[in-house]
Amino acid sequence: MADDELRQLVIDQIPHLRRYAMALVGDRDRADDLVQDSLERAWSRLKLWRRDGNIRAWLFTIMHNLNANAVRQAKRRPRHDPIDEVSVLPATPPNQEQRLELSLLAQGIAALPAEQRAVVLLVGLEQMRYEEVAGILDLPIGTVMSRLHRGRERLRRALAGEAAPALRRIK
Amino acid sequence: MTAGQPIDRDALHALADGQLDPARAEELRAALGERPEARSVADYRRINAGLHALYDATLDQPVPDRLLRGPQAWWRHRRWARAASLAAAGLALLIVGAGGGWYARDSMIRMRQEQTAMVRPAAVAHRVYVAEVRHPVEVTADQEHLVRWLSNRLKKQIKAPVLDSAGFRLMGGRLLPGETGQAAQFMYENTQGRRLTIYIRNDIRGTRETAFQFGQEEGGINVFYWIEGRMGYAITGQMAREDLLPIAKLVYEQLEG
Repeated sequence: MADDELRQLVIDQIPHLRRYAMALVGDRDRADDLVQDSLERAWSRLKLWRRDGNIRAWLFTIMHNLNANAVRQAKRRPRHDPIDEVSVLPATPPNQEQRLELSLLAQGIAALPAEQRAVVLLVGLEQMRYEEVAGILDLPIGTVMSRLHRGRERLRRALAGEAAPALRRIK
Repeated sequence: MTAGQPIDRDALHALADGQLDPARAEELRAALGERPEARSVADYRRINAGLHALYDATLDQPVPDRLLRGPQAWWRHRRWARAASLAAAGLALLIVGAGGGWYARDSMIRMRQEQTAMVRPAAVAHRVYVAEVRHPVEVTADQEHLVRWLSNRLKKQIKAPVLDSAGFRLMGGRLLPGETGQAAQFMYENTQGRRLTIYIRNDIRGTRETAFQFGQEEGGINVFYWIEGRMGYAITGQMAREDLLPIAKLVYEQLEG
């Protein structure tokens, strides 16, 4: 594979990395900081990447590890502010009921434990196969499935209006 | 699968996520019927759809420039090259990789893309219209709406640089098709009847920024150009590079200043 093709492969993934990071950290600027750090690491290590491998999985692995390190260094759960509705809600305004549901979902995602959030997003948003998620998070597939299940069941409860009481209100 | 038997939890998720093979999915849907687990599958799907509704907008937004910079060292050099290139009066106009590695390869790729985006169309438009005797321009310079018209069509306030100090007088301009947007051409002529053109387009793909650069096309057509976000600017002439450079600097100073 020529270098410019390889470069294009990475560039093609940037919108997906941004979307995942946005959902993961809940703030546009901090999400792009994470993407930028991930890309810098990726560029510097691109020569080490096996050219027959899955570049999407490789990039998401880099991003996951960087985020996990940042969380560890902070020695606490990542700050996850309630998501600004204006910045994440779709351009075409959904009806009132959908709005409420999306708002509850955004709050629910923010309230999930980080390890469940990652699995729910990689599967539900990035539409990755369970094996791929297991590879990225370096977990046995059984753990992926149980985190997926627990995460989704929490979200179901959040959508049913049983949100955790600790949640701050969305402005 | 009998009615009372619990359904495998993982299979419910896999069904919602479309990760079952079609036969297994069909079998499971049939077994679910009106059972309460069918509700779980529907909820998981609704969550997935909700995630897309919340976050997919990011996919359509332009990628911020800082994420397209590639390796930092390369970017720092390019910024420096942009500032230094004019001062170096044409000696450092080509960004050639001294640092090796990604920096050199990356800059070569970019240069090829920019050749395609700027040098080629500017040179072709130049070649086609400077040869025109009766209709070199669409709107002549004495019509004061020339610049306003082109600015409106390019959705960008542009200027027709004044090149009298270099002996070139503005003849007029025309609107041209870009790749997905519009382009404009201004044509100038000196007293010997030599012509040069300025080509401006508004549809550069990706958000980029380049140093002042040089390119060449067949027939001795030389092009100095730079890219600023979606806008690309080129000065084209069938004249020696060292003769075109001072004029290109005049244009650059007037359009960027």
